[in-house]
Amino acid sequence: MRLFADLFLELDQTTKTNEKVAALSEYFKNAPDQDKLWTIALFSHRRPKRTVTTKFLRQWAAEVANIEPWLFEDSYHIVGDLAETISLITPKKTKSSSLSLSDWIIAIKNQVGHSEAQKKEFVIDAWSSLDQEETFLFNKLITGGFRVGVSQKTIVKALSKLTGKEENRIAHRLMGSWSPETESFKHLIVDDNPKDDLSRPYPFYLAYAIDKEIEELGAVKDWQIEQKWDGIRGQIIKRNNEIFVWSRGEELVTDKYPEFENLKLLPLDNFVIDGEILPFKNGKPLSFNDLQKRIGRKNVSKKLLLEIPVILMCYDLLEYDGKDIRELNLVDRRKHLTEIIMTKNEVIIDIPLHLSQELVFQNWAQVTNAREKAKRDGIEGLMLKSRMSTYKSGRKKGEWWKWKVEPFTIDAILIYAMRGHGRRANLFTDFTFAVHDGDKLVTFTKAYSGLTDAEFLEVTKFVKKNTIEKHGPVRMVKPELVFEVAFDDINPSKRHKCGLALRFPRMKRWRKDKEAEEAGTLFELKSLLEQKQSRPLD
Amino acid sequence: MALIELNKNGIYCAEADVYIDPWRSVDKALITHGHSDHSRPGHKSYLCTHASVPIIKHRLGSKINIAGIGYGESIMVNGVKFSFHPAGHIIGSAQIRAEGKGEVWVISGDYKTENDGISGCFEPVNCTHFITESTFGLPVYKWKKQSKVFDEINNWWSLNKSLGKTTIITAYSLGKAQRILHNIDSEIGKIFCHGAIAKMNNAIRNSGIPLKDTLLIEKESKPQDFAGHLIIAPPSALGSSWMKRFKNVSVGIASGWMMLRGARRRRGADRGFVLSDHCDWDGLNESIKATGAENIYPTHGYTQIYSRWLREQGYNAQPLETEFEGESLEKKEE
Ligand SMILES: [Zn+2]
Ligand SMILES: [Zn+2]
Repeated sequence: MRLFADLFLELDQTTKTNEKVAALSEYFKNAPDQDKLWTIALFSHRRPKRTVTTKFLRQWAAEVANIEPWLFEDSYHIVGDLAETISLITPKKTKSSSLSLSDWIIAIKNQVGHSEAQKKEFVIDAWSSLDQEETFLFNKLITGGFRVGVSQKTIVKALSKLTGKEENRIAHRLMGSWSPETESFKHLIVDDNPKDDLSRPYPFYLAYAIDKEIEELGAVKDWQIEQKWDGIRGQIIKRNNEIFVWSRGEELVTDKYPEFENLKLLPLDNFVIDGEILPFKNGKPLSFNDLQKRIGRKNVSKKLLLEIPVILMCYDLLEYDGKDIRELNLVDRRKHLTEIIMTKNEVIIDIPLHLSQELVFQNWAQVTNAREKAKRDGIEGLMLKSRMSTYKSGRKKGEWWKWKVEPFTIDAILIYAMRGHGRRANLFTDFTFAVHDGDKLVTFTKAYSGLTDAEFLEVTKFVKKNTIEKHGPVRMVKPELVFEVAFDDINPSKRHKCGLALRFPRMKRWRKDKEAEEAGTLFELKSLLEQKQSRPLD
Repeated sequence: MALIELNKNGIYCAEADVYIDPWRSVDKALITHGHSDHSRPGHKSYLCTHASVPIIKHRLGSKINIAGIGYGESIMVNGVKFSFHPAGHIIGSAQIRAEGKGEVWVISGDYKTENDGISGCFEPVNCTHFITESTFGLPVYKWKKQSKVFDEINNWWSLNKSLGKTTIITAYSLGKAQRILHNIDSEIGKIFCHGAIAKMNNAIRNSGIPLKDTLLIEKESKPQDFAGHLIIAPPSALGSSWMKRFKNVSVGIASGWMMLRGARRRRGADRGFVLSDHCDWDGLNESIKATGAENIYPTHGYTQIYSRWLREQGYNAQPLETEFEGESLEKKEE
């Protein structure tokens, strides 16, 4: 367990991705294979279920620490984390243990079905053979509450460094329903796997927010204009009659969207489509909030599939008949894309592919009106793509633009919370948000509105459980939850610590799909400001 | 009326008309130690240990009317006998014992039980009434041996050095900074001190207490001049513009609060070292027992919780609502 505890400490002590990758690589070099596998499992939300109730753990901890339950509870209240409180309050270890991480996990799993007395003996024995950090981790494992600020991408990077295999191959291997109990590290990660190539996606081409007057783009007819859809950008690959779904974070999410398995029924094979995964029902899109329910879930139930089905709103075609066609122009790529979508036969079975329709305009004034209308309809904005554009990699200026209705958004981390007023007095609704600044977090705005009552309730539960410190009515919480904060304007400000002031900030959505380390940066905010300042007023 | 009482100015002995660590201006102040919440400006006369004199003068100005007294020495003021005893908290720190009207009181000031090598060695003093600090009066606070913590700090510095990084550790400029300087392995590299700490060190050296030589951070020095070396800085330097001049750094915080993961994480430092100049849970309990006192008055920190615990152990315990601030992670120095 020591090796894993050291890894955890190192990951916990840094917010820098490259240091996290370095710590993981070092650990993967030294840990036994079975521990590596469990570590990957734990860090990718495949944690074991709780086997002992926290009520018992609290009782036993107070007992072995020789203190009254009230003192344990008061301490817990101040520390804010049960696993940590227990690890600090129980006496120093009296014996040593050479059990590895996997040994402990198996031992914990074996507690299922044991009597209370047996469990108590096991737990107390564990506490007396583990040091403080190990006890903390043991408690996290036994309460099923293991969480660590490491994204899938970071693990993939470290494994790629270790094995020399490409990151997207590793990502592919990590997905699916493998279990460390039946899988081996060698088989999962190291051995050659012919499927690696099959699943390989292309880098996404990303658009910049438009930074000039719309009329400067030239003739309207040279541009393909579409609605900007509010889902998650995705790539669907069909090769050798197998389906792979990638999200923009280069995360393989095939399991989360089983709808796309139906693409196997299309007569065409060996193609790659770029589009937007959208919740879609009865001929129209559902809200992004609905999609969140799908994003957060690793295993989707039948009920959820019926309730919130998804489609791919298709933008572009990158591979056709096994050939990379990114060098063709948009018009030609789109011809092939249409062809593929047209082959679907809705009568037999639902193929969840929709073509993102082109909006036709005679002049820029019409386009401007359409954007105004989009604002009223709650649509995110318009996409403008040059018909001659090839499909590029990453964010490139010049040929693809997004023209958003919401001029500004950023992903931010919740760090302070306060109770609301009136109807919402028992909920935490007033939040302060931070972004990354190097290895620090800086607060940059407050926001009060934008979530549903159900979401506020969920955040309230989080706040209560994760308060680090209280300053009067203000709670400082663990920096874990990420929200997309939208605002109308951004200006320099001497009054604010971050040097910026936002106008009408609000929570646009809760990004349950993001870890805190993936949230935005002060640099991003500053570049929004620069972008704005270099742009003539509209 | 008891020998010692609390009034709006501080802890007061009416019989002798003397205050201990008062927070408002008074005529006669006995001072346990040089931290700012215990030795405040504006009193007409100060009495503290010999080692505290230069420290307090450095803080409050050389014009104050201050006298020194040795550990174990006593003075009589209007029939009350006062004496100073080692508290092990920082250089010059003392507990103050007061005997009169058939009562014996000890005011602990701040204290710790482990001998850190430069702050003197805490001695329990027999008494019937004990005013004790309880900054870390919760059973989650248990310190490791100092030698272990310094192993951690030395290893961290060595590692940073091997990576070409500059090591910056934050510590109070009075107390923790000298403790680090005294115990750190100076073979690893050069040691630089922030100006505030360098000045405090000089004040202490001038009173005859030897401290390792350290280097000053010159205006014209460049970031690479510090690569591989150690800088000791006060907590207020964290995130300040002073800090920005150093590049490729690893920043550590030495404080008892670093015991908690939440506190470590939100400070934004690279490392937290659990190093406190206060008692941990066991230290408090053992010290209180060793005084033989029946009446205990906790100040600083979790006084309510700690008093309740003491009552359950059979003591007469009531929190004392002082205006001491105790160790905090914020910019103010304790
Ligand atoms: Zn002090
Ligand atoms: Zn104090």
